Amino acid sequence: MIEIRGLVKSFGHKAVLKGIDLEVADGQFLTLVGPNGAGKTTLIRILATLSRATSGTVWMGGFDLADASVDIRRNMGLVSHQTLLYGDLTPDENLRFYGRMYDVPDLEDRIGTVLQQVGLEGRRHDPVRTFSRGMQQRLAIARAILHWPSILLLDEPDTGLDQHAAEMLHELLATVGTKGRTVLMTTHNLERGLSMGDRVAILAGGRIAYEADKSTLDLEGLREVYYRFVGGSMM
Amino acid sequence: MRIGFLRKILAIVHKDIIAELRTKEMFSSMFVFALLVIVIFNFAFELRVANIKQVAPGVLWVAFTFAGMLGLNRSFILEKDKGCLEGLLLAPVDRSAIYFGKMLGNLIFMSVVEAIVLPIFWVLFNPPLFSPALIPVIVLGTLGFAGVGTLFSAIAVHTRAREVMLPILLFPIVVPLMIAAVKITGGLLDGQPLSEMRNWLNLLVGFDVIFLTVSYMTFDYVVEE
Repeated sequence: MIEIRGLVKSFGHKAVLKGIDLEVADGQFLTLVGPNGAGKTTLIRILATLSRATSGTVWMGGFDLADASVDIRRNMGLVSHQTLLYGDLTPDENLRFYGRMYDVPDLEDRIGTVLQQVGLEGRRHDPVRTFSRGMQQRLAIARAILHWPSILLLDEPDTGLDQHAAEMLHELLATVGTKGRTVLMTTHNLERGLSMGDRVAILAGGRIAYEADKSTLDLEGLREVYYRFVGGSMM
Repeated sequence: MRIGFLRKILAIVHKDIIAELRTKEMFSSMFVFALLVIVIFNFAFELRVANIKQVAPGVLWVAFTFAGMLGLNRSFILEKDKGCLEGLLLAPVDRSAIYFGKMLGNLIFMSVVEAIVLPIFWVLFNPPLFSPALIPVIVLGTLGFAGVGTLFSAIAVHTRAREVMLPILLFPIVVPLMIAAVKITGGLLDGQPLSEMRNWLNLLVGFDVIFLTVSYMTFDYVVEE
């Protein structure tokens, strides 16, 4: 479970997050949509323990972010628009390195399993820099789930991918990445956000402006609400 | 030190060595630069300075530190590309393990370059005698330089002019270390025993202890936003 209460993040005098209250239940998939600069990546970075909140509390998987960040990192995986992979190393070497950092047991078998899941077992010993962007992002999913995290954070994982690669990535996330996990995903894409998530929240003006279950929304309804809070038009 | 902590330090060192063996980017640039410094100084001083032995210790440490600077610059830039530094920071380990892993990697790369450059220096500058005590002095000097350099490399990588920023930040801090290393090296080349240079040696050891401790304690704050 992810529980966020009164989360504030300021850069100097500029407050980016102005009091976020949000809950993601165990096994739930919450999609967070919002315009550029809304603070989606800032929120993900705080949850991933890469950035420190100015104030507020965060509990993830039963651990308080303020004093158990190592335990949180042990139970959490992150897929962002950057792959976090070493281009000069092979998938095998990358996953072996991360596996050692996470103390993954039976690492050899686990590497084989996750590479098979993301369809890259045939490229196991090729340098990552020779991969297409889509393949690198699939390997990034393998890296993120290597240590069986119960919480998965997805920060616009399809950025920079063409339509086909983005569809493949989301199919992969739905089949192997998010099953049985608590997931928080940020995206610009309302359609994809609605199709993947159990719940949708809109981040606007540094706050959660709207939150609803998928069952109560259709795409047109989400668009209408989104543009009401974010501004602009539906075209 | 716990075994798990040590294993993660070694995993980082192992990863850096594999990446370097594949590209040889860092090693080749460090080695060529150190070689050029020694050759250029050798020709320059041979024409102008009567006693080359007076400048040889300084030349040696200039070659070591300038070459080390190239390595330190690359060290965190490679991590920053593709967000790999964030990948490291996500690992469930005290972040000081990342510092020690990167520092140890830098120390190994610098030491390998120094081990190759030192005989070349000896041939070109032809100092009167080789004292085995020079080896621990070089190790201590390199340890201090890599120790504080790794911390400043992690700071500089977040700045816009990161490759310029590192020498500007680092060199003023390592001045005492360099002075001590040069003084001891000069003394050893003159045939003085190490015991006669105890004050400089204490400065060298003190610098290493203080800055390794400070770097260990502050690294977490340096890498987190």
